[in-house]
Amino acid sequence: MNKLLKRITVRMVLSLVCPMLLAGTASAGEFDGFAGKRGQINIAGGTAHIPVMKNAAKRIMQANPGIRISIAAGGSGVGVQKVGEGLVQIGNTGRALSDDEIAKYGLKSYAFALDGVATVVNPKNKVNNLTSAQVQAIFAGRITNWKAVGGRDAPIHLYTRDEASGTREVFWEKLLKKGAIADNANVVASNGAMKTALAGDPDGIGYVSIGHIDKTIKAPRLDHVAPSQKNALSGKYPIVRKLYMNTKGEPQGLTAAFINYIKGPAGRKMTIDAGYLPLN
Amino acid sequence: MTVRLLHCAAAVSALSVLAIFGFLLWFSLPVFQGGALAALFSWHWRPMQGEFGILPMIAGSLCLALPTMLIAFPVALGLCAFIHGMGPAWAARPLIGMVRFMTSIPTVVYGLVSVFLLVPLLRSSLSGSGFSWLAAMLTLSLLVLPTIVLILDNQFRMIQSEIGLGALALGLTPAQQLLRLTLPLSSRGLLMAAALGFGRAIGDTLIPLMLAGNAPLLPHSLLDSIRTLTSHIALVVATDSQSAAYSSLFACGLILFIASFLVNLGLHDLRNVRRKGHD
Repeated sequence: MNKLLKRITVRMVLSLVCPMLLAGTASAGEFDGFAGKRGQINIAGGTAHIPVMKNAAKRIMQANPGIRISIAAGGSGVGVQKVGEGLVQIGNTGRALSDDEIAKYGLKSYAFALDGVATVVNPKNKVNNLTSAQVQAIFAGRITNWKAVGGRDAPIHLYTRDEASGTREVFWEKLLKKGAIADNANVVASNGAMKTALAGDPDGIGYVSIGHIDKTIKAPRLDHVAPSQKNALSGKYPIVRKLYMNTKGEPQGLTAAFINYIKGPAGRKMTIDAGYLPLN
Repeated sequence: MTVRLLHCAAAVSALSVLAIFGFLLWFSLPVFQGGALAALFSWHWRPMQGEFGILPMIAGSLCLALPTMLIAFPVALGLCAFIHGMGPAWAARPLIGMVRFMTSIPTVVYGLVSVFLLVPLLRSSLSGSGFSWLAAMLTLSLLVLPTIVLILDNQFRMIQSEIGLGALALGLTPAQQLLRLTLPLSSRGLLMAAALGFGRAIGDTLIPLMLAGNAPLLPHSLLDSIRTLTSHIALVVATDSQSAAYSSLFACGLILFIASFLVNLGLHDLRNVRRKGHD
């Protein structure tokens, strides 16, 4: 409810402010791909994509009143299904398509962003490095005291995310190797709430999207690799996923223009603003 | 004209309640039909392993709402007694003013203040992460307190305006008047305040979501993390709308709806019984 209200307020404020700003910030050529085009693009799927998609849609629609862009959530599975059945032009996924999916629907994938997930603790925590095995044992509830991993003698407080979270999905698949997460772990509803909880709890451990790491929390190295944007981009830090836009067959017209816009300079900036790393 | 408008308004509100019930029933139908009912009434919520038990959440809602009322109701009653005769008259007005002010504070402020004050306090003075049954219970008590106080205060005021002069003429002190006359006469108000307070406690989402820790487990101590039906709905609503986890939410909604319906029904019955007793 509150989220909804906030969204409505944000939308109202933006719709007031954007036209004023737009005149000043729209660089020449930003909307060239849309020149003379009219019509509708429907987008559905991954939730992580939504901030970038919404931002892009808002700017494109304001500059080109003839174009309507609708964005729906639903998760990666829904994204594949809807674009495959031809219900939407772009189906977003937070994972690479399986060979089955590509074969069944004839889909084309366009990766535009990299999202990394890091294990995080309170800044007062002395632990500076954790191995993958240690993280798995901690989240499964097999290691329950910080002393066992070189910290102070205190019980470990687990924090995790709800099942709808893409952050949780990457963390669970790539770092925990689909292992168990202890039932008694506290569940928080967003990356922001995770940060607040860990900033206050000296014995807590959780995980956030790399874009969310700041001074209030600390990300220990994972197997001696720092979870930085640089290491995520070079491939040294492995707990990452790409965000994809998928189309049925080669994208045409408006859809192609939209994908080019997201991958172009304006889209790259929006990707960075949303806390992700833009891909070429 | 006014009467007709009022009738329309009443019909619209009654119909929307019925529509909500129908909507919940319709959407939770697949859950009840597909033999998934047994899966729903299990103690394990592990959607990744295909287990969708919501019993821990039902227990969590009751564990939170009932003790919250056990704390908030006596305190509210005491506050009202203090305001209406048991305490000094000069303190009554600022006290009720403060309670009125408390009702106007948004829920999220209670939650936020507790995250930064109560949770660290519980964490450092007791044990665990601080996000717990206890934290949610204390904050929720504070949240429902003013609701109960205001209903009781209205009730007391009404009765005292009727019997005040008579009681004075009989030479009753304010305390005697409160204990012997006002309290026994306001039994209906007491019940109503308790029912509305309970409805508020079991329906609140933000406080348990922010403070209770949300682990889908039956708690063994006050410092354990619990998840209520309301915060469960808030947490899971963003998942894939085709999944079994998502349809189980409608069952949660239905249970909440039926719970508040039963409370109101019980209240209605009690009122009728009492009225017959008076006649």
